[in-house]
Amino acid sequence: MSMPLLRRLALTTAFAAVMMIGAATGSARAAGPLTYDLKPTRIAPDTYVFEGSTKHFTRANGGNILNSGFIVTADGVIVIQTGPSRRYGEEMRAAIRKVTEKPIRKVFISNLHPDYWLGSQAFADVPIAALPGTIAGIQEEGSGIADNMYRLVGDWMRGTEVTVPTEPVYGSTVKFGDHRLRLIPLSGHTAADLMILDETTGVLFTGGVVFCDRTPTTPHATVADWLKELDAVDGLDIRLLVPNHGHIRSDKACVAQTRDWLTWLDGTLRHAVESGLDMAEALELPIPERFEVLDVLREEYRRSVAHLWPKIEQAALPRVN
Amino acid sequence: MKYALYQMGLAGAMIVVAGTAFAASSPSDPLNSVMWEALRDQYFAGAPVVFDNAVRVNAPAAAEDTRAVPVSVDATALGKVVEMVAIADLNPFPLVLRYHPGTAAPYIATRIKIQQATAVRGAARTADGVWHVSGVMVDAAGGGCSAPPASYAQKDWADHVGEVQARLWPADTDGVARLRLRIRHPNDTGLVDGIPAYFIETLQVEAQTPGGSAELAKIDSLEPVSENPVYSLDVRPPPDATALVLRGRDNQGGEIRATIPMPPPGARPAMRPAMSLKPADQPWSVGQ
Repeated sequence: MSMPLLRRLALTTAFAAVMMIGAATGSARAAGPLTYDLKPTRIAPDTYVFEGSTKHFTRANGGNILNSGFIVTADGVIVIQTGPSRRYGEEMRAAIRKVTEKPIRKVFISNLHPDYWLGSQAFADVPIAALPGTIAGIQEEGSGIADNMYRLVGDWMRGTEVTVPTEPVYGSTVKFGDHRLRLIPLSGHTAADLMILDETTGVLFTGGVVFCDRTPTTPHATVADWLKELDAVDGLDIRLLVPNHGHIRSDKACVAQTRDWLTWLDGTLRHAVESGLDMAEALELPIPERFEVLDVLREEYRRSVAHLWPKIEQAALPRVN
Repeated sequence: MKYALYQMGLAGAMIVVAGTAFAASSPSDPLNSVMWEALRDQYFAGAPVVFDNAVRVNAPAAAEDTRAVPVSVDATALGKVVEMVAIADLNPFPLVLRYHPGTAAPYIATRIKIQQATAVRGAARTADGVWHVSGVMVDAAGGGCSAPPASYAQKDWADHVGEVQARLWPADTDGVARLRLRIRHPNDTGLVDGIPAYFIETLQVEAQTPGGSAELAKIDSLEPVSENPVYSLDVRPPPDATALVLRGRDNQGGEIRATIPMPPPGARPAMRPAMSLKPADQPWSVGQ
């Protein structure tokens, strides 16, 4: 709990400092140069994470709402997710350079959502690997996703262009130096979700499959399949779980939390449709208190109503002509 | 707290507005929309207007899908209402629909396209001729009105135009029954290159009874209503109704007709959280 809080405080302080410098120098740019101020946290041998906020994309956080990571192997550095913007990718690469001189060996992208891959421009000289479904999704929706990020976080996105992953990967176990990485292809959170289990350290990068104290997002979700993904995580022997959004934990509590939320969400919307409620009314349904630990709860719930309601409703209305 | 302050503001704003003095003393728009005065003159021409939170407008603060933003307008707190409208100020076609509730409760919900961040309003005209206006701000990425309907990606869309899905829930103790309609239709605005305007214009709900048919409610539907429009209404079917009939027409003369069966025995009336939610539970209400 304390890590993200400290991080938020640190960010706030950083912003305040930047604002003061801007004012003092009379700079034309009121907010001064933007920086994510990425600081890697070592979470296991050779393994580091840049821990992001648990909020939604904002102009204050520049889209830094993810836990990207890297593993320093004898065969070079493995990067997992590249962040929401070119700037993030560049800062991430510079921060990795401070930890190790080793070259970047490969980048893995877990799904098509913006914060996973829009920083890939900074890694254009190395292979960028993703599931075929993720590559297809980025080819199809990438420019729309990038446009929307420009709208949401503004100047942080400057110079960011769609960089499509270059290397399709499949379910397999691959060895980089002394690290054995198990690539686990799933679908549910999106049509193509890549989880990466470092068998050497027991660290599982879940991508969007598990959220931890942060409300799960559903723009490309099929809830029934997502629940099966969670069963798959339950079957894995792990030491540390790194969700893309939320807190890093050594247990699987957040697998249960994600399952609890999805089950409640899907059941509640189905019940509401069946009970004659309108979609606009469903936006305001009460959410049980136990979910208050999830950040951006009401906002993400409302987004989920937009994503999930129309299909449930369509299936529940009989044809009458 | 914020809501209470706003209520006080509203009370001030509602010291109003009658007859010829209208233009000079018209209350200012709590949503500060640049379009308000033009829209007021266009859609409420000369009629007295008050901003009134008794009209509840539900819509998300941010549109997740600008082609289908859920909006409901509930004026049941006003009692008898003659006519209702929904307006999205900054849409190329601001007027979304006019609703003539007839014997139905003054409540309508649908999904709308919005072109950019805008005030979304609901208004209800009471028998004394006064328009009661309320609304919310909806933020949006844009493009909802000028994006081609997804229908056209399906080769056989034309075979399905006019298909109706519907369900009627049993009447509650007050005689009000929830009706939900979904109609397959591109509902195109005409703003996409080479695609002419093609949208549902009128929908009318009637009750079939042994003594003939009786009109329950009527919707004048317009361009901003989403593709494959969905409506929720709260109708009052007569006790001897044997079925409801939906009749409609699009702007190219296409007819819509469907017979909606009465609910099966044992079905339960629709849930109505709207009535149990206090306004304070609605943090994005007017004045945010």
